[in-house]
Order: sequence, then structure tokens, then C-alpha cells
Amino acid sequence: MSKKLRPLIVGAGPAGIRAAEVLANAGIRPLVVDEAPLGGGQIYRQRFVPDERTPRDLYGSEASKATALHQTFAALADCIDYRPQALVWNIGPTVADIAVDGRSRRADFTHLVLATGATDRVLPFDGWTIPGVFTLGGAQVALKSQGCAIGDSVVFMGTGPLLYLVAWQYLKAGAQVAAVLDTAPFAAKLNLLLGLPSQPGVVLRGIRYAAELVARGIPVHYGVAPIRVEGGARVTGIAWREAGKESRLACDAVGFGLGLRSETQLADLAGCHFIFDERDRAWRPERDAAGRTSVPGVYAAGDGAGVAGADAAELAGERTGWAILQDANLPVDTMRIRLLEKKLGAIDRFRSILERAFPFPTAWAAGLPDDVVLCRCEEIAVADARLAARQQSVVEINRLKALTRIGMGRCQGRMCGTAAAEVLASSCGRSLEAVGRLRSQAPIKPLPLDLTGEEDAA
Amino acid sequence: MALLKRLARRDLAIIPFTLDGVPREGRAGDTILTAALTLTEQLRHSEFSGGPRAGFCQMGACQDCWVVTADGRRLRACTTLLVPGMDLRTRPEGQS
Amino acid sequence: MSTLATDVAIIGGGLVGTSAALALRRSGLSVVVLDKGYCGAQASGVNYGGVRRQGRPLAQIPLSQRAHAIWPRLKELIGIDGEFLRSGHLKLARTEAEMAALETYAARVADLGLDLELMGHNGLRERYPWIAGHVAGASLCPGDGHANPRLVSAAFARAAERAGAHVMEHTPVHHVERMPDGFHLSTGAGIDIKARHVVNSAGAWAAPFAAAFGEPVPLGRIYPCLIVTEPVAPAMTVNIGAEGGGIYARQVERGNCIVGGVRGAPLPDADFSRPVGAPAISVMNRAAKLFPALRHAHAIRFWTGTEGDMPDRNPVIGFSATTPGLIHAFGFSGAGFQIAPGVGEVVADLIRDGRSTTPIDAFAIDRFVRTNEGSGADLMTEPQQRETSQ
Repeated sequence: MSKKLRPLIVGAGPAGIRAAEVLANAGIRPLVVDEAPLGGGQIYRQRFVPDERTPRDLYGSEASKATALHQTFAALADCIDYRPQALVWNIGPTVADIAVDGRSRRADFTHLVLATGATDRVLPFDGWTIPGVFTLGGAQVALKSQGCAIGDSVVFMGTGPLLYLVAWQYLKAGAQVAAVLDTAPFAAKLNLLLGLPSQPGVVLRGIRYAAELVARGIPVHYGVAPIRVEGGARVTGIAWREAGKESRLACDAVGFGLGLRSETQLADLAGCHFIFDERDRAWRPERDAAGRTSVPGVYAAGDGAGVAGADAAELAGERTGWAILQDANLPVDTMRIRLLEKKLGAIDRFRSILERAFPFPTAWAAGLPDDVVLCRCEEIAVADARLAARQQSVVEINRLKALTRIGMGRCQGRMCGTAAAEVLASSCGRSLEAVGRLRSQAPIKPLPLDLTGEEDAA
Repeated sequence: MALLKRLARRDLAIIPFTLDGVPREGRAGDTILTAALTLTEQLRHSEFSGGPRAGFCQMGACQDCWVVTADGRRLRACTTLLVPGMDLRTRPEGQS
Repeated sequence: MSTLATDVAIIGGGLVGTSAALALRRSGLSVVVLDKGYCGAQASGVNYGGVRRQGRPLAQIPLSQRAHAIWPRLKELIGIDGEFLRSGHLKLARTEAEMAALETYAARVADLGLDLELMGHNGLRERYPWIAGHVAGASLCPGDGHANPRLVSAAFARAAERAGAHVMEHTPVHHVERMPDGFHLSTGAGIDIKARHVVNSAGAWAAPFAAAFGEPVPLGRIYPCLIVTEPVAPAMTVNIGAEGGGIYARQVERGNCIVGGVRGAPLPDADFSRPVGAPAISVMNRAAKLFPALRHAHAIRFWTGTEGDMPDRNPVIGFSATTPGLIHAFGFSGAGFQIAPGVGEVVADLIRDGRSTTPIDAFAIDRFVRTNEGSGADLMTEPQQRETSQ
């Protein structure tokens, strides 16, 4: 029975690795496809070449988790088929198209685990395309994987736990942090106290990061709304509004993010039903507690299935592994499954608290100046979205795309999709949910025209 | 002027490459993005406004860091490891 | 339940329906356009965007010429130029046999005003050095071109609305019948329409409306798959097609190239379709070989759409054979974009004058009744042998 199972796991981060582990332990050999050269995902991203830094330097308080995950994945090497630096660019019924090393290969699967992770959720502001503006996640990758700061004098801006974590990591690594600009009011942080009983470690660590930043004399501003990043060829400063007053600061780099957004393109191509998640202000594949989507045999785990963080991703990934065994009528550890679901439930409750402590700036989109670039790829301005809503009565996001090109470029709306939906909703007076969900299209990332097809690969 | 600042990995092996016709040096384990932006300020230019771009997400999502090799191939700078002898351009032929 | 009385009810807000609505409004008739979704969101909006007369069956040429006169006037008609470029359409022949077919076609249409220019291998190389590979020759139709279907189809709907047509989107027609006092159409929107005339321009969804009036048609569906490249430096100066099909391509002013030549696959709900990996890659590779400037370019997006398809490649246009006041205009078989604005005018002629000066006899709906035997035999025509939407 188990010999006939051919699970495909997309993503070798915390969720994908833990799913693979469960399957491998049951004697099933999954195919694990990951875009990165090494396993670990974005959060536990590994260096390509060893250097002088310790795991503690790289992953801080999460070093033991990172090391454990890397070791688990290394130990799985003989029990899984692993394709690093490979892109699943299309999903059909029980078949995936995978681009690897200039060739496209088809992989048939019986079960599909989508552990596709997340990237920074961003909204545009004046100057956000200037060299030196990176996402918070990007700033963190530069440091962890590449040992680089994004500049000599860095401002971190936005909301979410990552804001303080990355600023603190930069501080520890010896970079100059010019300021932390929090888009949420200070009072919002008091919500964290509600999380103390359930997740004291996480809460106290967050408080420590902020306290150390302040202790080292780094200005932390709350209730900030960006006005513009200044510069031409590169960043030279940032201007923002705070309590009605305009301020500016010289800097040469900005790390920016507003929480995370799930990578859901493959779930869409796989035909999964999506639901609107009020907390994430985003659409995500509908799934049960075990990670089963609406499509039989397709599972979603980790931040790609709704943002919940790395700890939840490990638990959810493992849970999908068990779900595949359950759905194939193979023996499972029901005690373990109950524990996983209980822990996931607790994290989910804590997520609601985090969201209140780091709220998304809901008024941002409506206040954007008309001439700000909304879609980085196609360079379409905020005004074009508003004009489409006003003059062409556009009330739906895919219609907006069709008429304005917003989301049609290389990134397929990854960087502008949040803003497009927020701007459209505010312009046409509908809810974020009502303006709908940007449909995904294959290939989910650019493919060279001279990609070798399957028929030529033999 | 460089955009990125190296805080670690400075002693790793040198990887020679060419950027816009100029011989350059990166470090073992560098992505193209790191190697280029520790030396210069941009990776590409918008096809529409011509404005400079230097990547954004550094994790293969934003697609805003594609560079071109001398023979015309496109490489996503943030997810491609620097290899000795790479001949990279920040403007494709025909783009002014 | 309210009832809206109108001179003309148009089922289907694609290019044919909305251009008919616009023409009818100019004649002073009241018009209601009903679309089950957004106007122009199906074949009219998701086709390749070829504005091409060359290669059409002879019977379509007069209609195509009528539309040809409309395209340069889009700005005045609908408020935007729709990115219409009179680039010319170059049809390539990869073999001598294909070249002979182009020559035969050119001879047959010689008096119809297409001004085709035939060229051999060397002439082609000289004039279009950016085309590589085994090309025996080509036929150029200098007056043809391409445009942006997404924008054109939406703009026709808005222009019709501005001209006074009542455009009802997300309003599927559940039932239509002819009563002594005219047509009655019931919709899911709590509103009924009473009309003197009905136009069935429902594209791939038109067959049930024809069948409701005792006129079954062998209307199939095709799902063209298009590939969009990243923006590249201007290279492709002409809209490219190929005798025998398999590839067509154009470059828009922003630099993106749009390449087609294969089909997508329908989803379980056959209203929807999706690209398929292997055929998409094969057409990408064909483009990379034929156009060296695109060799390393990236495909950034595929799309597919649903188009109505007739076994003889000709649309159904004209009066119903069973029901006075009913006019059909559907089944453009992947080649409707260019002629649609002309068809809209013809539909308006038929309603206003009872006839059209443009010959449309070849498109009568009862041609399938007349030649019933084997009419569906070639429904499964090899997809890659046929151009789509050019």
C-alpha cells in the first residue's frame, strides 16, 4: 500500500521538512522540491558556505530549533527524493511541472503538501523602489545568509514581530540602526501582556528586543506613517508623519514590512477553495485542522496556508504528514496527532494577540498619494487603480488587473497584490473580502523560453 | 558606492567575476545580489521609467533583481550563487 | 419582478454584442445588453489580439473589410485606441508546400483589397532579419495589425453604455421565448426583459439559446493558451502568423511579446480552462528558435480562455431560420476579434433595415440543417494545425 504513495512536498522549510520526516518514518519516499539550494526555509535559511559565525549568531534564540531542523533534514537524505534549486511552476490534477537546471520535468503525485511559506506583506510609499529599500525579510536574509547589512545606517519600518527582531539582529551584528519606525501606536503593544500566560518565552523575548534597542539609544517611534523615502540612485533619507508632525532622518537603507503574506499560487492552481481570513486580511486555502484542503490529496501547511510562524509550521507540517497516512489508512500515532492539534490551537490563539499588538495599518492605502507607484513590475500608479474604480466602476481585483495591468508583471502581484486590494476596496467602498482574490497563473515565477521540455529531456 | 555592507564572511575565498565590463571580486557563498551590491548600487533598470532597481525581497519573490549575462541569459541575483568568471550586466542589450 | 421593455435585447456582452449595441443606439433603437459575467471577459477579452484579415476564408473577407475600416476609428468610437497598431501581418511558410498555399491564397484574394505581398526566403531575411529558422517565404498583409483585447472589449461595453444602452452585467439569461407580443427574457436578477428583437451573441454559450428556438448547432469549444514574455527591447515589428499554424506572436509597445499556438485544457467545469505544461513549453521553444531576440527572454504569464468553435471555421451570423426577430452572431472559431466590430454593424443593419449590404449568406444558421450528414465529423480538428484568434 505505502509503496504506491508518491507524495510531493513543495518547500523544504519547517513545514515541508517535518511532513517529509513523518512520511519517511512510515517508509514512504516523498519527493521534496525546494527553490533554495539548502533546506531550512527562509526562517532557518542556511549559509551556502560555512563562515566564522555560530548558529547562535545566525538564529539567536531559535538556534537549537534551526539546528534540529537542519539535522533532521540531513538525516532524511537517503529516505527522500530531494530536488533543491527547483521550481514547481504549475500544478495540474495529480501532476506538477518542475523547472530544474534549465529543464522542465513532470512529476506525478498521489498526495501534495504545499509548504510554500510566506514573504513580507508590503504596502507602497513614495520612493519604495529606490535602491536601498528592502523588505524586512530581505534585510534579514542579507544578514543571516550573506553576512551583510543593507546599508551603513539603516531605518527599520513597519509592523509585526519581525520589525523588532531584525532591528535587534542588526544591532547585535554590529550594524548601525538609525531608527525603528513602528506604524502601530505604542498602546497596541500592551496587548502582548495578554499572551504572557500562554507564550511567555515569545512575549518576553520580544520585549527584550525592544528594550535593548532603546537601551542602546536607538530611537523607536510609534504611530508612524511614511511620507517618502528620499533619494534617486540610492536612499538618502526618510520622512514620516507622527502625531500630526513631520519628521525626517538621514539614512542609506530602509528595511520595511507589515507582517507576512502567504505564497498561495500553487494552492490556487491545484484548485483549492480559498477563504478570506479576517485576521490576515488575506485569502488563504481553506484547510481543516490536519491541513487537508478542499481538494482530496492536497494538503497545506506552514505560513503558505495562513501566517502562523515557524513553530506552527513545524507542527502543521508534521500534522499533514500524519494526515496523509490517515487518509491512506496507514497506522498513525493518535496521541501525537492530538498533541499537535492542541499546540497549533494555542499558537493560533496567540496569533490573534500578536495581530492586536502589531496591527496592520488599515488607513494607509486610502491615504496614499496618487502618484506613488503601486505595481513595481509594471510601474502602475495608485491613481490608475483609483481611476479604474471611479471611471470604469471596477469593484473586483481581477478586473482591476485586466484594465490597469496591476499585478500582471514578473512578480504576479506578490508585491502589489495587498496594496491593489486595499486601494481598490477603499476607492470603491467595498470590503477587502468583496473585491476578491487575485487569480494565480502558471508559471508562478518567470521561466526562460528556451527551457527544455520533458520530451527533450530523455 | 556600495549598497550593502559586509559585516561577516570577509575572509572567505575570493570569487572573480565581471560586472558591466569591469573585473570585480566577490566572496565564496555570495549570491549575485550580494556580490554586486557590495560593490555597486543597482542591479537593473525599469523597462518603463528607466529607474534603478536593486532587488527588494531577497528571497526570489519580487522578481526585481534579474541581471543579464554577457550571452543574454537572465539570472535572478538574489537566488543565484556567484560562480567564478560570471560576466554580468545590469542592462540588457537594447535597453538605454 | 419588474419588466424592462426594449427594442433589442442582446444576449452576450462580448465585442459582437456591445458593438451591435453601439451601432443600434446610433440608429436610435433602445438596447439592453445582458452578460452572465463581465462584458468582454470571455473570448473577446482573452484572445490573442490579432487584427488580421489575411488567411480568412474568402466568404469572410467583405465582412472583414468592413471591420477593417472601423479599427483605425476606435478612439472616436469608443474613446481609446485599444493599443491598435497597424503593424502588418506576416504569415510565414516553413515549407515550399506552405509557400504554395500562401501563393494560392494570395491569388484567390487578389481582387479583394488585402494588398498581400509575397516574399521568398531571401526577401524575408532582408526585411525581417529578426526571424530565424527554416522559413521558405512569407505573405505580408500590410494593413493588418494587432490590438489589446482586454481594453478594446471593455471599452466597447462602456461606449455602448454611454450611448444609452442598458448594460446589465452578472445577469445570466435563464429563459428566452417568443410570445405574440415579442420576446420575453427572464434573468436571475429579478428583472424580465421584453424585446422586439433578440441578438444571440453569447459566444461559446450561444448553442442553448439557438436550440431554444429549434436551431441546434454543432458549436464546440476551444481553449487557446497564450504566453506573455517579460518586456524586451523592440524587435518584432509585425504581427506573426504561420501557414499551418503552430505559432503566432506579436510584440506590444511596452515590450512584452505575446505568443500562442497551442491549446489549454478545460477544467471539470468546461466554462473554465487552464494552460498545460508540455504544450506551453513547446510553443515557448518554438518562439525562442524563430525569434533569436527572445531566446533567453522569460515567460512571465500564461492565460487561456474559452472560445466558441464551429466545424467549418465560419461563424453563424444572420436571421434565425425559425423565429422572426431573432438574430444569431456567434461561433467565431478563434478568429472573431478583428471582424467583431463589423459584425456588430451588420447586426444593427439587419435589425434596422431587415438586410445588410455586407454579404453574410455563407454564415446562415441553417447551413448545418442543409448538410447535416457528417457535419460534426471534424469537430476534433488537430488543435495545433489551426491558428487561433489571429
